[in-house]
Amino acid sequence: MKVKVLTRNPDDYLRETKRDIHKVPRNFDPDHHPFEGAREYVRALNAVKLEKIYAKPFVGSLDGHSEGISAIAKHPKSLSVVASGSHDGEVRFWDLPTRKCFRNIQAHDDSVKGIAYTKLGERFITIGDKTIKIWNSKVPEYGETDMPQFSIVSKALLTGLTYSPRYEKFATCGEKCQLWEEERNEPITTFTWGVDTVHYIAFNPIETYLIGACADDRSITFYDTRDSGPIRKLVLALRTNQISWNPMEAFHYTVANEDYNLYTFDMRRMSSAVKVHKGHISAVISVDYSPTGLEFVSGSYDRTLRIFPADKMNSREVYHTKRMQRISNVSWSLDNKYILSTSDEMNIRLWKARASEKLGVLPPRERASLAYNEALKKKYQAFPEVRKIAHFRHVPKYIYSASQQIRMMRTKEKRKESNRRQHSKPGTVPFVSEARKHIVKEE
Amino acid sequence: MDSPAQEESLSKQRKERKNKMKNKKQFDPKLLKYSRGPGIKNPKRISNIFDRAKVLRKEKNIHWAEEQAARAEVLLTEEVGYIVPDKGEKTNNLTQKNISKAVDITSATKYFELDLKFGPYRFDYTRNGRHLLIGGKKGHVAAMDWVTKRLLCEINVMEEVCDVQWLHVETMFAAAQKKWVYIYDNQGVELHCIKKLYNILRMTFLPYHFLLATSNEDGWLSWLDISIGELVSQYNTREGRLSVMEYNPYNGVICLGHSKGVVTMWSPNVQKPLASMLCHPTGVQAIAIDSTGKYMSTSSANSQIKVWDLRNLTGPLKYYQLKNAPTDLSFSQRGCLAAAIENTVQIYKNCHIESVNEPYLVHKTRTFVHGINFCPYEDVLGISTTSGFSSILVPGSGEPNFDALEVNPFQTKSQRREAEVKSLLEKVQPEMIVLDPSIISEVDVPTLRDKIEAKEKLLYLKVPKIDFTPRKKKRGNTARAARVKKIVKENNKKEFIKGIKEVQKNLVNVTKGGNNKKKTQAPSVLDRFRKK
Repeated sequence: MKVKVLTRNPDDYLRETKRDIHKVPRNFDPDHHPFEGAREYVRALNAVKLEKIYAKPFVGSLDGHSEGISAIAKHPKSLSVVASGSHDGEVRFWDLPTRKCFRNIQAHDDSVKGIAYTKLGERFITIGDKTIKIWNSKVPEYGETDMPQFSIVSKALLTGLTYSPRYEKFATCGEKCQLWEEERNEPITTFTWGVDTVHYIAFNPIETYLIGACADDRSITFYDTRDSGPIRKLVLALRTNQISWNPMEAFHYTVANEDYNLYTFDMRRMSSAVKVHKGHISAVISVDYSPTGLEFVSGSYDRTLRIFPADKMNSREVYHTKRMQRISNVSWSLDNKYILSTSDEMNIRLWKARASEKLGVLPPRERASLAYNEALKKKYQAFPEVRKIAHFRHVPKYIYSASQQIRMMRTKEKRKESNRRQHSKPGTVPFVSEARKHIVKEE
Repeated sequence: MDSPAQEESLSKQRKERKNKMKNKKQFDPKLLKYSRGPGIKNPKRISNIFDRAKVLRKEKNIHWAEEQAARAEVLLTEEVGYIVPDKGEKTNNLTQKNISKAVDITSATKYFELDLKFGPYRFDYTRNGRHLLIGGKKGHVAAMDWVTKRLLCEINVMEEVCDVQWLHVETMFAAAQKKWVYIYDNQGVELHCIKKLYNILRMTFLPYHFLLATSNEDGWLSWLDISIGELVSQYNTREGRLSVMEYNPYNGVICLGHSKGVVTMWSPNVQKPLASMLCHPTGVQAIAIDSTGKYMSTSSANSQIKVWDLRNLTGPLKYYQLKNAPTDLSFSQRGCLAAAIENTVQIYKNCHIESVNEPYLVHKTRTFVHGINFCPYEDVLGISTTSGFSSILVPGSGEPNFDALEVNPFQTKSQRREAEVKSLLEKVQPEMIVLDPSIISEVDVPTLRDKIEAKEKLLYLKVPKIDFTPRKKKRGNTARAARVKKIVKENNKKEFIKGIKEVQKNLVNVTKGGNNKKKTQAPSVLDRFRKK
């Protein structure tokens, strides 16, 4: 007779010393893991709750300006440096990790209208009170006076500035758009289309000869720097405040509009918007794409920041604080982790781009567990309970009530339109999609 | 060189090989064990190519995971126990003494007997099979690490003890005493007295839900959430004394055996049984459910054992007539069924799958057997009798390979604490106890029946009542106001009925189908002669 009974040698199952990790034998037989679905669901629910618990997006504020901030520029090569200019003509440089100002210049007598770093960040340009000043990025030694390397007096009014991502050229806007070369007193080219003032201008980061400009006559104009001429023009129902190019898809751009919406357009087919992004309850002032091109941040007159996925209508996140006033500028950092916002009450605020993200280096096990949680959230995102928790954002009462009101207004308009359609001759009230409704004309 | 015919045959061969591989993948029995269902049968039906690609990628990942799980079987270290008898020898002639002599010393120590005076006894093993809790009718309660024979506590509660039950960890246990249920820690200190649970006969613990299910003398079935200390639900089964209770480890449903030969299944969400099966012509004496939750065996007073399929609630799959009535049954993890018959314990191997003529092992005790339970992850059967407790060796009954993240017999204190926190975080809500627990991971598609019901509802809609009070123009003109009210209500009713008729008409057209097609044909001159 041969008998074998289960005996386990404890040495095979216990760690040898206290410094070892515990031995964890696994058996993946599904019969040993009952309630698989239910437990995974509970885990997903916990994951989404934990995300909300850890959602603390505000990192800190950069305090120092004594006037409202009018312009902000990120350093193209250094993640820690950011420059900001205020309405009293002061330009400050901030070290983001320590959140301290390490240099300040009284650059202009009047408001600083724009700041831009050169391609590699060794110089920077400021504009204001009809002058363009080119400065060295290096902080002057003790005793040296902080003077611009070069300054140009422009004949035209200056309101916006952008530096070419490829060439040593920059463009300004104002009464007309001008293309400049450094160390030249005269613009190399001047573009105009119509007579109105252009208030914002931006180079396309990929197609580097392309410039997008927002004018006061509600139009968005595109110029080709090789051609010395405008290419296209798009007029929306209300004024466009800013334009931001998608850094990954050269033909996509998003505009921040006065009518509380943002519009993403395809350069190749501008007769309708690719997406209309809704959510703000007041004019959208500023917009900036993340370096991945998947998302963008927008700042509005309603004192909130919203983060939109580039291909979605609704925002995934809304940031607000009690003391933050109207947003004047937003900027997404080049490491895709932080967002900077400037507002009327003289502060620059630093936010996390993903509210619940843990900062710093993560141990591998923690990273794995976060990845698992992420996968769970994705798998169970359609479950009502999970979706409810994931989508809910607490907003101040004024925003909540205003958004309710706006929703009511929009449904009213829709209802009215359908009523009108019902009671008029078929075909007289055409269906116009939301993507086309706000476009006045395209040239 | 390559003629077209040759090429064709080559491609044919390739195709065949591919098909073979495909079939192999699908019908590999080793993979089938880890399979989470057949997946999407016809992905071409998904019209959007992006969605289709997404679904196919997901399917691929799932299949990959199944394959990896199956491949990990190589890493399992332990093997199942067995007895290989000599020629002409029968396993059921072997005594425990024979077996314990033939095995190694550590295993031989697992065969022991405790002579105790406070019987008859009830007992319970922890989920990892490491600790044992015994409770005698005359108030004796003892907890021990039975492998090392280390006593944790031994108390006399000075009261009748009907049942004992370990909770989620080995530091706490519940004892159903004469009147109420008490909770003690492993030092024997009374932590709680739960007066909501009274006259309890049987207790069982649902580890993933943290529910202590109890059945009482008057026919009440209750679930107590021990993590928050609240009664989840309490139902009167209206079946009298509930002395037979078992829980289905697959779906958390409680099975009760009744004196009329009926087995009912209960979830804390429904006041009535989810299912009731007439299993025996006489009273149900014992129920045992196997660890996969697929099979249930019941025994009755007329000495029958029947095996039922719990997935389809059909059966009996197997039917055995014994000489005496089994008073208790227990399934082991590897499919051994033990039956307590008076003062003997008979163990049958795989009797739920194949018909068995004689027991695998037989063990005789000195006194009447009151309870039997297999120890998880060990080849051991615990037997409680009138005069104590004995533990016998049953080779091949226990699962050799445990999953340490689920239950770990070699758990340290810190591991236990961590597991406790983790399991509390993952506590499954009692609302999720249903007959088919996999329903949550399935796609929620309305069945044909649901669709038909929804349509039928449209046919029997009631006119909604409207609350209308006419404006008062003049004082005292109540008759006119009443008339206006009546007119408005009637108009509302007419309009509603009109709308409903249209909906019903459409419904009929859709269901008939054929009529609709004819109408869409181009009108012809001869239409005027058609019947209208």
